Amino acid sequence: MTPHVLTRSLDRSATIFILIVAGLGILIPLSNLLLPAGSMFQVPTYLVALWGKYVCYAILALSIDLIWGYCGILSLGHGAFFALGGYAMGMYLMRQIGSRGVYGNPVLPDFMVFLNWPELPWYWYGFDMFWFAALMVFVVPGLLAFLFGWFAFRSRVTGVYLSIITQAMTYALLLGFFRNDFGFGGNNGLTDFKDILGFNVQAEGTRCALFFLSCAALIGAFLICRAVVSSKLGKVLLAIRDAESRTRFLGYRVESYKLFVFTLSACMAGVAGALYVPQVGIINPSEFSPGNSIEAVIWVAVGGRGTLVGAALGAVVVNYAKTFFTSGPLAPYWLFMLGALFILVTLLLPKGIIGTFNTWWDQRKIELGNGAAASAAREDGAAPKPNPAE
Amino acid sequence: MNAMETRTTSAILYLDGVHVSFDGFHAINNLSLTLEPGEMRAIIGPNGAGKTTMMDIITGKTKPDEGVVLFDGTTDLTRLDETRIAELGIGRKFQKPTVFESQTVQDNLLLALNVDHSVRGTLFWRGNKAESERIDKVLETIRLTDARHRLAGSLSHGQKQWLEIGMLLAQDPKVLLVDEPVAGMTDVETHLTAELLKEINRNHTVMVVEHDMTFVRELGVKVTCLHEGTVLAEGTIDQVSSNERVIEVYLGR
Repeated sequence: MTPHVLTRSLDRSATIFILIVAGLGILIPLSNLLLPAGSMFQVPTYLVALWGKYVCYAILALSIDLIWGYCGILSLGHGAFFALGGYAMGMYLMRQIGSRGVYGNPVLPDFMVFLNWPELPWYWYGFDMFWFAALMVFVVPGLLAFLFGWFAFRSRVTGVYLSIITQAMTYALLLGFFRNDFGFGGNNGLTDFKDILGFNVQAEGTRCALFFLSCAALIGAFLICRAVVSSKLGKVLLAIRDAESRTRFLGYRVESYKLFVFTLSACMAGVAGALYVPQVGIINPSEFSPGNSIEAVIWVAVGGRGTLVGAALGAVVVNYAKTFFTSGPLAPYWLFMLGALFILVTLLLPKGIIGTFNTWWDQRKIELGNGAAASAAREDGAAPKPNPAE
Repeated sequence: MNAMETRTTSAILYLDGVHVSFDGFHAINNLSLTLEPGEMRAIIGPNGAGKTTMMDIITGKTKPDEGVVLFDGTTDLTRLDETRIAELGIGRKFQKPTVFESQTVQDNLLLALNVDHSVRGTLFWRGNKAESERIDKVLETIRLTDARHRLAGSLSHGQKQWLEIGMLLAQDPKVLLVDEPVAGMTDVETHLTAELLKEINRNHTVMVVEHDMTFVRELGVKVTCLHEGTVLAEGTIDQVSSNERVIEVYLGR
């Protein structure tokens, strides 16, 4: 009776979630590649890339839910970690262009030639190697989160104050990355990618592979989050969320727990960003804009804070709606709709879609007479009180 | 402070000349108090007498402006933070029952157990028999065995108070600081709580802050009355409750 650490806590909804993601991850690429174009079951390439983007957003949502839903840390700057992971990948893709750029310089990316930079700045070294870039995808966001958290959590900055400084962090990065002399392409960012690991990023096969990898990463991130929240550490996180000083008086070093989970979350956000960039073909400073981070928090609130499946679902649902509405006559009103959505969810569905569904499901079970088993068997127990400002 | 290393007192908790002021208000004023190992002490006093602030100082939540606070004769508590003090073996029950409401009774106790509290330790934690036996024992002591799978938030007020006392038991500290354990309890619950604390006192040092004089009398221990941040009277319940000043500022005529 000692199941593996990653699988011991898989309840039914988690299993369904993994099966759906795995199914989409396999079937969508297969349909795109094997079926003839124009067939009603063929998923066109632009949709593969679009859904790949949603899957990356779902990973970002999971990373936010891990800290917000389970530990009460409301980060309004998580887009920064996503963007840093994206920039790390973008730098690799820029170096892969080689002499095929407009200016044909074998080493310097076009924007550096344009700015008359004599040589590659030191912080671009190593990004021509995929393994190094892939490492930086974790290390850069993780390190920033570690340093940021080390200062913030030790100084016991909590609640809305922490949210504000995370917001300031991403805004500061936004301003920095906008500058040409920062060395990351200024407001144009990094784009015109050609190859990834020798494969053309525009090719159908590459897009399908990236989509498959994104789904695999989503499942991986989900399993990691699941393992964390269902361990005893997960119980400590809930304890910190619900009664931080009580946890301290029991002898837990609250700041270490927050630092661990915040850093882990930032690494996951970085991976999401790294998978996102080759699929959308560009990374620019607007990814750091505070609005992006707030939008990601809304996905989690809509799907169900403190339910991992909900976070991922919220990201897909809200972004699907965004695509749908911003491509029609309602486009100018999208931000109003998003704001209204957040207000309505907070008022009417404070537990989000999945949280509300779980409550309903449990009640139904109780009505059917095996209530004790229903509430005892539910391991997540995590549907928090609606307190977005926590 | 090398003097700390040579033990000068037999007391497990030793406060001497402690001062704390908040924006000019002297919450604690030259407070001196000692607690011997194995003792149970009741602290009474009017609102604002500094009872809770005193517990804040002992547990590291508030730092005193001056004065000595020693644990076990050698450890200067004023230099340590809450986590460290809890690790040393000082447990605390808050005035308002504070349990982890979204988790089960059983998990509340599991979290309180004084086992490895490091990030790594909890991430790779596996339950073991010794731990679950300790939890079973505490559940029995606090009479919540039947409620072990219920969410702590669904307990009655009195049950929450007991759960919090149970968490202290699971923590197994050397000293328990218990802030108003019977506030809002029925007479029966109050009586049971007194029994519970007496049982806990068999192998723990306990400090209880309480307003309920019937309860304090039932405990039958040495009583300290605080007033305006300093000790007004100390002795048996009969001595303290017949003290003129105590009657004047607290008990009323």
